[in-house]
Amino acid sequence: MRTSECDVVVVGVGGQGVILISEIIGRAAMMAGLSVRGVETHGMAQRGGSVINHIRVGCSFSAMISLGSADVLLAMEPAEALRYAHYLSPEGVALVNTRPVLPVTVTTGEASYPPIEEILAPLRAVSSEVKAMDASGLATKAGSPQATNVVMLGALSTHLPIEEATLLSALSETVPARFLEINRKAFELGKIEVE
Amino acid sequence: MREYLLGNVAIAKGILEAGAGVVSGYPGTPSSEIVDYLAPLAKEQGIHVEWSVNEKVAMEVAIGASWTGTRSVVTMKHVGLNVAADPFMTLAYLGVGGGMVVISADDPYCHSSQNEQDSRRYAQFARVPCLDPADPQEARDMTVRAFALSEKFGLPVMLRPTTRVSHARADVEVGPPTKRMDSPRFEKNPPRRVALPVHARPLHAELLDKQAGIEAALAEEPWNRAEMKSEVGVIASGISGLYAEEAIARMEADVSLLRIGTYPIPRRIVGDFLERVERVLVVEEMDPVVEEFVEMVAKERNPDVEILGKRSGAIPGVGELDPLSVQDAIAGMMDLPKRAAPKMSPEVLSILPPRPPALCPGCSHRATYYAMRKAFGKDAIYPNDIGCYTMGVGMGTVDTCLCMGASITVGAGIRFGGEEKPICAVLGDSTFLHSGLTGLLNAAYNGAKMTVTILDNSITAMTGHQPHPGTGCTACGETSPALSLEDICRSLGAGFVETADPYDLESMIDVFERARDHPGLSVVVAKRPCVISEIRSGVRRPRFKVDEEKCGGCKLCVKFGCPAIEFDGKVAKINALCSGCGVCAQICPEKAIEVVK
Repeated sequence: MRTSECDVVVVGVGGQGVILISEIIGRAAMMAGLSVRGVETHGMAQRGGSVINHIRVGCSFSAMISLGSADVLLAMEPAEALRYAHYLSPEGVALVNTRPVLPVTVTTGEASYPPIEEILAPLRAVSSEVKAMDASGLATKAGSPQATNVVMLGALSTHLPIEEATLLSALSETVPARFLEINRKAFELGKIEVE
Repeated sequence: MREYLLGNVAIAKGILEAGAGVVSGYPGTPSSEIVDYLAPLAKEQGIHVEWSVNEKVAMEVAIGASWTGTRSVVTMKHVGLNVAADPFMTLAYLGVGGGMVVISADDPYCHSSQNEQDSRRYAQFARVPCLDPADPQEARDMTVRAFALSEKFGLPVMLRPTTRVSHARADVEVGPPTKRMDSPRFEKNPPRRVALPVHARPLHAELLDKQAGIEAALAEEPWNRAEMKSEVGVIASGISGLYAEEAIARMEADVSLLRIGTYPIPRRIVGDFLERVERVLVVEEMDPVVEEFVEMVAKERNPDVEILGKRSGAIPGVGELDPLSVQDAIAGMMDLPKRAAPKMSPEVLSILPPRPPALCPGCSHRATYYAMRKAFGKDAIYPNDIGCYTMGVGMGTVDTCLCMGASITVGAGIRFGGEEKPICAVLGDSTFLHSGLTGLLNAAYNGAKMTVTILDNSITAMTGHQPHPGTGCTACGETSPALSLEDICRSLGAGFVETADPYDLESMIDVFERARDHPGLSVVVAKRPCVISEIRSGVRRPRFKVDEEKCGGCKLCVKFGCPAIEFDGKVAKINALCSGCGVCAQICPEKAIEVVK
């Protein structure tokens, strides 16, 4: 039997605002009366390293999502999408920001960053539904590149068992009031992008 | 009230609910957010919250508070308990006054730690009860309950969350804070407060006598529970119990489950379970604490039961578990096909560049290491320590990392062991004040010829920017006495003590060269606030850019390793991450890097 209504693995790079996504979904799930679990990366890995957060909506077990079980892989960065692709269920959806964040191994020339298509192709072999978008570009369009995480949240919104209105009120409770307009726009652009 | 809370915040709320009056700790992942959450609330709650200088100090502060009848808490990560082990072991003899909870957060898989030690062993070692929460709700419930149990047994109670509990979030039911007790007082009672041999002997006997009663009482707690479904069973502790519960639900299998949440483990409950199964899988992270106990009880209650676990190879001895690995182990026990964990092929993953954690753009540690390498050379010995700066391992200036404060002492030992090359030990300001002071004193006292570099960024950065005595402010934001690292080092006996700014490479290299040539013990303080603290406090410097006409493509700046510097195949470029430290401009032989005007 299924042990969670919706399992989302959020991956990215330390500093990309991955924890905020978990914060908003958690709040919204509670407003909707659903049990919710999450687990996040703190400490050493946060320093520009690769980070993975788990969010389980409608779940009352542990916060850990099993490999091959995630309904959604929400990737703030393309290389990280592929690094954690084995978390995806074969029926799962991958939502991928195509804007790379170069690791120090690339900037120093020890390693190279592959073309986006070379990342997306093996991802498509794991999941039948890969939606790639320039979330960072959309966030800039909404008013601030800092809102990339909220663009991704907007893209995720149609896959969550939570009403959009609930997510939006959780968003307004979480982000500072002066950035709310930008964030609402970012959410909308992300949502439209995957529709 | 139900809230979506981080495990550590759920614990912090439990501490407030229980009416604790004193909370002390030293930062350490995954424990830090407990004090981080409580410190800003201390004033309005009328409680004392502190970041102590180290875990031993924190433990002793909490013990003193408990001896006034005040409920107290001390928090640390698992390795911090090694530092605090001295007071902890004897506290079990002397006992507590007000309820005292020792929170030691374990880190299976070493997400942010130097080892995978199991705090449950310490609880057994000291003969102190231990509660092992499975999730944030249990963490809050156990915290509240731990104070009452502590007062009931007259002993400290250990709460042992793991990373996946401390850093999990869940909807948690919490209650309102309770006011701390009035009129605390220290009552003189030498036989119970003075660990002289004449007092310790009977107290040891008393501690042993208490154990059976503790075990019986803990058996009644809700966190030890069995559900019988068949003659195939799982016994699992803490978070592993939750993994097992999910795995069994997902498999829709008839498997009996005994979940363990307290130590000492209730013998009767385990025995009753073992009598009703033929085959049992013991699931736990880290040490086989439950497994060894099950083997012992099985000898008395059901010698025929087949026991699977770490010893049989069914459960790994290292790393952390998750629902799927537990599901696989259960399938293995039932001779069912395993649900093979999906894996990306190594060829696919090989196209991905590694993304290790790295020093931040503009981090002064990188500049200090660069200057150090220039002065001491690549063959010098660089004993290092615990902090962000351990990530400098790629720069060739991190040769050892053992435990907090060990850079200086290990360095001295390397010298006394006969190594004749230059030795430059490195540790951060918080680490120096934690346990570097005694090492420096020892090095001076015993005549170690070496250099000690204190990376003074005025914060405990790695664990989330906690203050320490060198920052001039307490956990609660009160001003604390000004402290001079230089004066301390001179007082401890260092003959050469100088300070330089790592952003000024030339003077940094000059100080290092003179420290290297000093005939005795020298100390260099590399002083520059953490770049994250600077950004948070509003410091903005103009960025730098590369003049592509002048850039010769030598890549010296690129090799410096700052994430703000990229190479496009021909010339270097500076990206938006630049924090304006200007160190790369000093490295460039072509003077091609300049400030953006």
